[in-house]
Amino acid sequence: MSHAILDLHTPVPISQAPLWVNALPCRITAGFPSPAEDHVVQRVDLMAQLMRHPQATYLLRVRGESMIEAGIFDNDVVMVDRAITPRSGQVVVAVVDGDFVCKTLYQRGGRIKLKAANPTFADITPKDGQTLEIWGVVIAAIKQFRV
Amino acid sequence: MYALVDGNNFYVSCERVFRPSLQDRPVVVLSNNDGCAIARSNEAKALGIAMGAPWFKIKHLADSDGLVALSANFALYGDLSDRMMSLAAGLGPQQEIYSIDESFIDMTGVRGDLTVRSHKIRSRILQWVGIPCGIGIGATKTLAKLGNYVAKTAERKPGSYPEHLAQVCDLSALAPTELDAVLAATAINEVWGVGRQLSKQLNAAGITTVLKLAGLDAAMVRSRWGVVVERTVRELQGTSCIELEHAPKPKQEIACTRSFGHPVTELADLNEAVTDFASRAAVKLRKQRSLVSQVLVFIRTSPFRQDAQYSRSTTVPLRRPSADTAVIVTAALNGLAAIYRPGFKLAKAGVMLLGLQPDTVQQGELALEEDEEEDRGRLMTTLDGLNLRYGRGTVLLASAGLASDNRVWAMKQERRTPGYTTCWADMPVARA
Repeated sequence: MSHAILDLHTPVPISQAPLWVNALPCRITAGFPSPAEDHVVQRVDLMAQLMRHPQATYLLRVRGESMIEAGIFDNDVVMVDRAITPRSGQVVVAVVDGDFVCKTLYQRGGRIKLKAANPTFADITPKDGQTLEIWGVVIAAIKQFRV
Repeated sequence: MYALVDGNNFYVSCERVFRPSLQDRPVVVLSNNDGCAIARSNEAKALGIAMGAPWFKIKHLADSDGLVALSANFALYGDLSDRMMSLAAGLGPQQEIYSIDESFIDMTGVRGDLTVRSHKIRSRILQWVGIPCGIGIGATKTLAKLGNYVAKTAERKPGSYPEHLAQVCDLSALAPTELDAVLAATAINEVWGVGRQLSKQLNAAGITTVLKLAGLDAAMVRSRWGVVVERTVRELQGTSCIELEHAPKPKQEIACTRSFGHPVTELADLNEAVTDFASRAAVKLRKQRSLVSQVLVFIRTSPFRQDAQYSRSTTVPLRRPSADTAVIVTAALNGLAAIYRPGFKLAKAGVMLLGLQPDTVQQGELALEEDEEEDRGRLMTTLDGLNLRYGRGTVLLASAGLASDNRVWAMKQERRTPGYTTCWADMPVARA
């Protein structure tokens, strides 16, 4: 469409009328140029920092004291990534008897168990023929303080 | 080449992600007001529960067979759908999200073994999101959809189709004899776009299997059954006639109908409900940038009760097409006043917006009255903006009723699971 000459006497539908304002590709400053101008990018995005696989990441609330030596306390929120293949030594969320359980995964040889990070709690060892389902790997814990 | 990725028993699968104890159990998800089954686990299907079965008719299975019924939790399903769709998009360069649990992927130009690639995406969706899917692949959308049916059926009912077609089925990769065997083993009502009526007609003409349907002459099909069926036949033959759609088409009509949580007899309560329904419909109308010219309102009693039956509807034409909540609500309430009779236990009401047109076309009219109607477009934009930002129902017409706890007509959702992924307070719990 050519915008070269506008016939000012012909009515133009408002949706078709061109707007002649163009954004200039540079900023016009009055006074001192800001020394920070070249450095301002974006605020740190906490979620982007913590989360590697957004589609696979879920939040769960932890209830109980068995993981305190791993730094996870009652009422903390854990961020769980289901895309990560669980390895021995990682804190995981597992499904035990239909419920979610947060423990440390321990794998050696063919043996597998869920260890508590608190000496007063027992580990969970699957019984014969029972399989443990690892639901996801804990990648972060969020603790909120009362303010 | 198209792929169709479709979540298995999607709503049930979503619930199972956060309730692992529901695995292997018969589960149904109920519609609004816990009316009828809108999703069934394989175990529930095996109990003989039909799609749409009313809850009161299958209730007894809870005691006898451990059936679990849940109210629909659309906030949860929407979130998991979004996750699933974004992983499914990895299959190919273009995607059409067809419904909450289905998306077509255009795989044109994708190199390598499509079946292997699809299996990878499928297991990624299962591991990452927790939703099991079926993937069908074919030269057309109709064939992809058919492949999806084969993939799911082969998995659910071993023996129905060759075992290697379970979970992922690429019809275009089959040898001609195997493809013919698959098409011959499939009833025509499983074909996309072939409804019950058409199935009957085709069956009467001896066309009972997809193989027979695909073998028909397209020109003959057009003269006998019309262009829509011809298109289906051509698609089955591998000629693509249905393109990928990237934006949903504006709807031709918008409905907001609902069963009440408890029977309603008073006009005042009905007014609240109809105001609410009409307001919701008006929001949808503005979202798709349309105007409405006719507002239909209906009320009816429950056909499942022994009470006196009553069912009426009326259509109220608007003087000029509008997208104004107040105009639409007024029309609906006028219609309601005309059809309401006291003394009936009403179970359901609804508002439908008919005769929609784009809001860019506005029929002018001669100004016969003195005061010109003011343009309330900005008011409506503000209304929608406030409700979007602060939650639905923040600003509403007073006739919708303010004491939301006392609304007798409000929905019943006694079995809804928490908003596991959408509400901070509803997060699932892990024991430690």
